[in-house]
Amino acid sequence: MAMLGPDEWQAVTLSLKVSAWATLLSLPLAMLAAHALARWRFPGRALLNGLVHLPLIMPPVVTGYVLLMVFGPAGAAGRLLQSLGLTLAFNWTGAALAAAVMGFPLMVRAIRLSIEAVDPRLEQAAATLGASRVWVFVTVTLPLILPGLIAGAILGFAKAMGEFGATITFVSNIPGQTQTIPSAIYAFLQVPGGETTAARLVAISIVLALGALLLSESVARRAARRVGGQ
Amino acid sequence: MKLTVEMYQPLDALTLDLAFSAPPGVTVLFGRSGSGKTTVVNAVAGLMKPVRGRISLGDLTLQDSDQGLWLPPHRRRLGYVFQDARLFPHLSVHQNLVYGRRFAPRGSAIEPEERVIEMLGIGPLLQRRPGALSGGERQRVALGRALLSAPRAILADEPLAALDEARKAEILPYFERLRDEVAIPILYVTHSAAEVARLATTVVVLQDGRVVRQGTAAEVLSDPSVTPLGARAAGAVLLGTVVAHHEDGLCELDAGGVRLFLPGSVHPVGTALRLRVAAQEVILSRARPEGLSALNILPGTVVQIRSGEGPGALVSIRTQAGTVLARITRRSAAALDLNVGTECHAVIKSVAIAPEDVGG
Repeated sequence: MAMLGPDEWQAVTLSLKVSAWATLLSLPLAMLAAHALARWRFPGRALLNGLVHLPLIMPPVVTGYVLLMVFGPAGAAGRLLQSLGLTLAFNWTGAALAAAVMGFPLMVRAIRLSIEAVDPRLEQAAATLGASRVWVFVTVTLPLILPGLIAGAILGFAKAMGEFGATITFVSNIPGQTQTIPSAIYAFLQVPGGETTAARLVAISIVLALGALLLSESVARRAARRVGGQ
Repeated sequence: MKLTVEMYQPLDALTLDLAFSAPPGVTVLFGRSGSGKTTVVNAVAGLMKPVRGRISLGDLTLQDSDQGLWLPPHRRRLGYVFQDARLFPHLSVHQNLVYGRRFAPRGSAIEPEERVIEMLGIGPLLQRRPGALSGGERQRVALGRALLSAPRAILADEPLAALDEARKAEILPYFERLRDEVAIPILYVTHSAAEVARLATTVVVLQDGRVVRQGTAAEVLSDPSVTPLGARAAGAVLLGTVVAHHEDGLCELDAGGVRLFLPGSVHPVGTALRLRVAAQEVILSRARPEGLSALNILPGTVVQIRSGEGPGALVSIRTQAGTVLARITRRSAAALDLNVGTECHAVIKSVAIAPEDVGG
């Protein structure tokens, strides 16, 4: 990577950091939402389903703007977090939040499918053998949905790596602070002579995306084989 | 320890409203498909909660709807063998077997692992995955898994129904061993008369959501008024001990002092056997028949005759070997002038006793 300039290098490491945090933090929440949607019947289930999918169907700019309203310096949540020492607006943490929100529906969908594929009769069998609900989840449900979890995590990560609209609206495009790979590509394309730099970042994007895809497929295949009982 | 069940639960097609108790040994819930047998077992296991129910096992109350008591399934500790095995696909056979052990309370009496593995003959399978097992092997592992969870009772819901005849013949002896070697109650659901005849210590007959009869297998199955599967499937159970194997392939049994002959049995001399004699394979004769190819001729007395709507009649005859059920036509019953108290002979062809109807 010697041919990368400091700005480009910064964009790559920042993108990885933002995406990793976005994936890690939203995974447990996505699991909970997926489980609730797949298994529980409760009032407001349709509303929750709609809320989860909102970032997928709204223009990313709108999502970014809503984030700015809520988590920005003027927003209620933003002020609260600010008083706790966590600034989101125009900060890399905000980029992670935007990426997490945008990847959330994809994650939930992948995990929900895998939860729906788990035979509840296996969970019943575990209960008759003495496993409480928590143990049933840890020893039966979780291992069986592992392929879906991995797929969901990779999807979320890939989405976070490519997120642009909501990020640039919420946290702008500050090199070293909030300039992820897509924002950097956009910035370089605005500058005369920036095309070659942009092209390098594009190549890196493709390599990272393809690598993530291949990795996830191989891990998911192995997990599926295990779960298939062969 | 005794399992007692009282429950009320409306279902789609019928309403379950029943009470019975299961002493140690195998209690078979017997009835046709759709009579609500599985719902009863699920209520005992805690997988469904009956509207009204009082279910207890020894001193332990599993449910008492009057007091609002309901124990969740994982705190009941009942080993459940499902019709479809339900092995955990992501675990090896050995991991499946020991799954319940970690949840058993400290100091509870667990069957030694080696003994269960040996009893079920699953030693060679331990490292395999459930996906690589045959149906019969899966069911044996499921049985072992239930046994090793330190259960207070075993529940089995038609554990053989999904298997072909050869696999059934492979598994049934394990349940027979279980009945004879394990001290806890076993509640076993089936709609197979052969399984009832071979396994049941107690039979509970379920019909239209109610218990219509409870008693020993010999009592219940020889009662012509209790035929949950219809007269065609009726048949009584005789108990006997193997006394000799003959060169021509016949096995000689002593049943209450009478000699019975069956085709080659694998059971060694001295084994106590139960055999089911299908009612439609029994011929009745007033005089002792002579010059007849059938080998088993049991003198006895008619104790009950039940004529149905159709041309048939079920006759139970008390013999020295036990009570035999015969399905004959009403015309024959009239021609022979059969009445309660009439002396007659029950004639049973040796080859009419199917190998799957004979068990230890």
